[in-house]
Amino acid sequence: MSAETAAPTRPERPDWLWHLGVIASLAAWVLVYRQLGPVSERLTALFPVARHSHTGEAIAFFLYDLPKVLMLLTLIVFAMGVVRSYFSPEKTRALLSGRAEGLGNVLSAGLGVLTPFCSCSAVSLFIGFVSAGVPLGVTFSFLIAAPMVNEVALVLLFGLVGWQVAATYLVFGLGIAIVAGFVIGKLHLEGWLQDWVREIHSGAGAQAPAGDEGLSLAGRYRLGIATVREIVGKVWLWIVLGIGAGALIHGYVPEDLMVRIMGAEAWWSVPAAVIMGIPMYTNAAGVIPIVEALLGKGAALGTVLAFMMSVIALSLPEMIILRQVLTLRLIAVFVGVVASGILAVGFLFNLLF
Amino acid sequence: MKTVKVYGPGCKRCETTAEMVKEAADRLGVAVEIEKVTDARSIAMAGVMSTPGISIDGKLVHAGGLPDAAKLEGWISA
Repeated sequence: MSAETAAPTRPERPDWLWHLGVIASLAAWVLVYRQLGPVSERLTALFPVARHSHTGEAIAFFLYDLPKVLMLLTLIVFAMGVVRSYFSPEKTRALLSGRAEGLGNVLSAGLGVLTPFCSCSAVSLFIGFVSAGVPLGVTFSFLIAAPMVNEVALVLLFGLVGWQVAATYLVFGLGIAIVAGFVIGKLHLEGWLQDWVREIHSGAGAQAPAGDEGLSLAGRYRLGIATVREIVGKVWLWIVLGIGAGALIHGYVPEDLMVRIMGAEAWWSVPAAVIMGIPMYTNAAGVIPIVEALLGKGAALGTVLAFMMSVIALSLPEMIILRQVLTLRLIAVFVGVVASGILAVGFLFNLLF
Repeated sequence: MKTVKVYGPGCKRCETTAEMVKEAADRLGVAVEIEKVTDARSIAMAGVMSTPGISIDGKLVHAGGLPDAAKLEGWISA
């Protein structure tokens, strides 16, 4: 980072060099990625344990999955960084303001995925949206989709569990954000905002500063790289810990125990998973490797997805932040509606798969 | 003396932004007074929707994410 900031006068590299660099990196990425399987097997063979013993399984899982996930994550986070440079909260707000509910909720949930968003600015974003005439329910669709459907969650599900589960997660995560926002909108709870938030409505002549309109593609690559540094730098430790825990579960937890506790037969497991997920606050990176290992040991897909959605989308710290703008009653409705959606997804999946 | 306000609830990025402002001002030799605005209401009132945001002498120049170092120097020296 210091190299980046200390040399503001550094001559710009020409665009073609950036394109070339990106293409070369992609090619190198593909080559390395395809070698991960054989190389990790050879490394595992170096350990003085039997390949199919508990320890052998755990080591193989760790050595293969860790580099795989980190590589996938780097690629996708870079791509998302470039894509997100085309979006900004200001543009999203302009697209959403005055939008009717229904279609507005769908658009809002979609933009929630694509707009750069940090949960620490949830409050200012909330006020910015509501004061500019974005309906409350549409705003909620955005706030639910933004953390729940994120690239880290999708990459980890894709890399560790499979694309089918990742796609299902994407569809149902968006579905919950759309429906929950729609329901909250229909309840007409504008009166349950904190008083000062309602007063701000008229007063916000929000002056958005000039955004990144004229950014060159090279500039967007740079943003992508910066995003990779920031996100991968933040979550890599969680991933190591998560995959470590996953490896232990993989190697040691007996299968029938998980089937009994988290299998599809135990109906109460879905609500239990949702409730357990609320106070747990970790990002997708920490929870998914555990999810994968649980699934491998016979835990039901619906239960595990419900747990994961609850951990990511309903977080206690975020509710405490939102308490500044929402009354407790409105927070309760928000949690109730989202939790019901997650429950429904959990039960549905246990029924179907 | 320029008054620079850094808007943000106190997350890590906001701290980094404040430091970047200070470093840039030191490099340019511009005297600045940095004020951190952390209260959600004041942030919203200033029209900042994504944090961290920066205003210089009352004019909002940046919102959302870490500022670009070169641009930051431009704003401060302007």
